[in-house]
Amino acid sequence: MRFGVVQFPGTCDDRDAVLACERVDGAEAVLLWHGERSLDGIDAVVVPGGFSYGDYLRVGAIARFSPMMESVIAFASAGGSVLGICNGFQVLCEAGLLPGALLPNVGLRFVCRQVAVEVVNADTRFTRACAPGQVLSIPVKHTTGRYYAPEVELESMQAHGQIVLRYAPDGNPNGSSNDIAGVMNAGQNVMGLMPHPEHAVDELTGSVDGLTLFASMALGAPARA
Amino acid sequence: MKARVLIRPKAGILDPQGIAVERALPALGFTGVSQVHIGRLVELEVEDSSQLEPICRTLLANPLIEDYEIQEP
Repeated sequence: MRFGVVQFPGTCDDRDAVLACERVDGAEAVLLWHGERSLDGIDAVVVPGGFSYGDYLRVGAIARFSPMMESVIAFASAGGSVLGICNGFQVLCEAGLLPGALLPNVGLRFVCRQVAVEVVNADTRFTRACAPGQVLSIPVKHTTGRYYAPEVELESMQAHGQIVLRYAPDGNPNGSSNDIAGVMNAGQNVMGLMPHPEHAVDELTGSVDGLTLFASMALGAPARA
Repeated sequence: MKARVLIRPKAGILDPQGIAVERALPALGFTGVSQVHIGRLVELEVEDSSQLEPICRTLLANPLIEDYEIQEP
């Protein structure tokens, strides 16, 4: 299968995302420049982390209107798999592909550390290679990672299995509502998370747990020669 | 014409920047200050002021987490 990794001005985790995708058996990855529109031959999209458009105005606010994001919105609307990581999560929320928004961390500080993340819902196209309740060791690095959604929305998300990942008890790094680390849309084909699975794909950096998300996305996807 | 847009965190949404400033003030001798909230100010010139409202809704503010107020002179 072929992953497409979106690249905005200011994106910085695109190369790691490509590396992570390519560590999955039978998968390849290509970069998608924000000013282009074509998703031809792409089976799944990753919107990676960084500081798209310098985080000007509001995180993710300007990236959301780029030509490539228009194509990604159409791709997602047609049921395509889209994973947003950190700034990518913020962009997908701004684009209306995911419920809620990301607010500045309660501590107002940039947090950069390894966190324990519990797989709340392992029955998704993003986590099906995980065991239910499995705890993944993945780093976070962000200043604006406090997930917020109105209470009624949170209840609906909880009821529909849209809360995919939570920070382990007492490990919430940013004050996110209900310790939420990753969520899906109602259609269950778009996911966003603040932790960086693409930085946890090699024992050299302490964990390979992040690979399970990319491997999950590849399961059931078409093989490519 | 010139316009200003004030953007604030919605009431009820935790505003850690406002809290940090509020907590810093007593140490500087300023007492009795409360309800500090921090937002953004956008100044712009528009030819058609009827565009201001959609500009705010679409880009300048995220209505889920922010309120905005348009000030025209």
